[in-house]
Amino acid sequence: MKTKKKWYDYLWILSLTYLILGFFNILFAWLGLLCFFIPLIISVVKGNKAYCNKYCGRGQLFSLIGGRFGLSRRKDVPAWMRSKYFRYGFLVFFFAMFFVMLWNTWLVFSGAGELKEAVTLLWTFRLPWHWAYHGTLFSPGVAQFAFGFYSVMLTSTVLGLVTMVLFKPRSWCVYCPMGTMTQLICKAKAPRP
Amino acid sequence: MPKQQRKAKINTEQCVACGCCIKVCPRGAVAVPRGIFAEVDRELCVGCGKCVKECPASVISLEVVSI
Repeated sequence: MKTKKKWYDYLWILSLTYLILGFFNILFAWLGLLCFFIPLIISVVKGNKAYCNKYCGRGQLFSLIGGRFGLSRRKDVPAWMRSKYFRYGFLVFFFAMFFVMLWNTWLVFSGAGELKEAVTLLWTFRLPWHWAYHGTLFSPGVAQFAFGFYSVMLTSTVLGLVTMVLFKPRSWCVYCPMGTMTQLICKAKAPRP
Repeated sequence: MPKQQRKAKINTEQCVACGCCIKVCPRGAVAVPRGIFAEVDRELCVGCGKCVKECPASVISLEVVSI
């Protein structure tokens, strides 16, 4: 039996488009904030994970590449990876790196730092990305945030692809910081038993 | 003699509430009502095991129940 596809089953197209646009104009990276705010708003307002459950385009992309195209070993993730220690630890680490990125953005906004036209992969490897930068109307800080945010998105995509191949297609969902955070919000909101 | 049937069982403690099981269930028997863990409607579940295979956290198993 095949379930009928809904409009939101095609949101992977947007996720893919987002990644591609970042190769042409880095300022499109700002759109990625939607993937941060929509799940948070849904969990705070509605108290559920409808974003993960229905709309997450990245999850759909992984299940398409890993599931439909078969680029996955479909093995269980190791026990440590689904443990609360790792999931919460990764959330904290991700947040710390996010604040470093915001700090670098602030430095450029305030004039104390210089715009670096690079995308940092896995928080370590600086890839030249100048070909996607064509100037900005506002402060260079706007572009610095775009480079930083795209780095976050590309890094998490790469991690997700690696665990997709090694384990199950949507292994990223197990340690996705947004997923962990929205689950925590839902836990906090749920009535005590 | 009681009838034996297989039903999906979720380890709610380790569930990440991603909802992959919802998407793959042909019977619409799984839901994540409060965003904390998935729940199976045992009336609807036929024990096909699709969610067991799909679950990225591997927290779903099939258990044999007598009805």
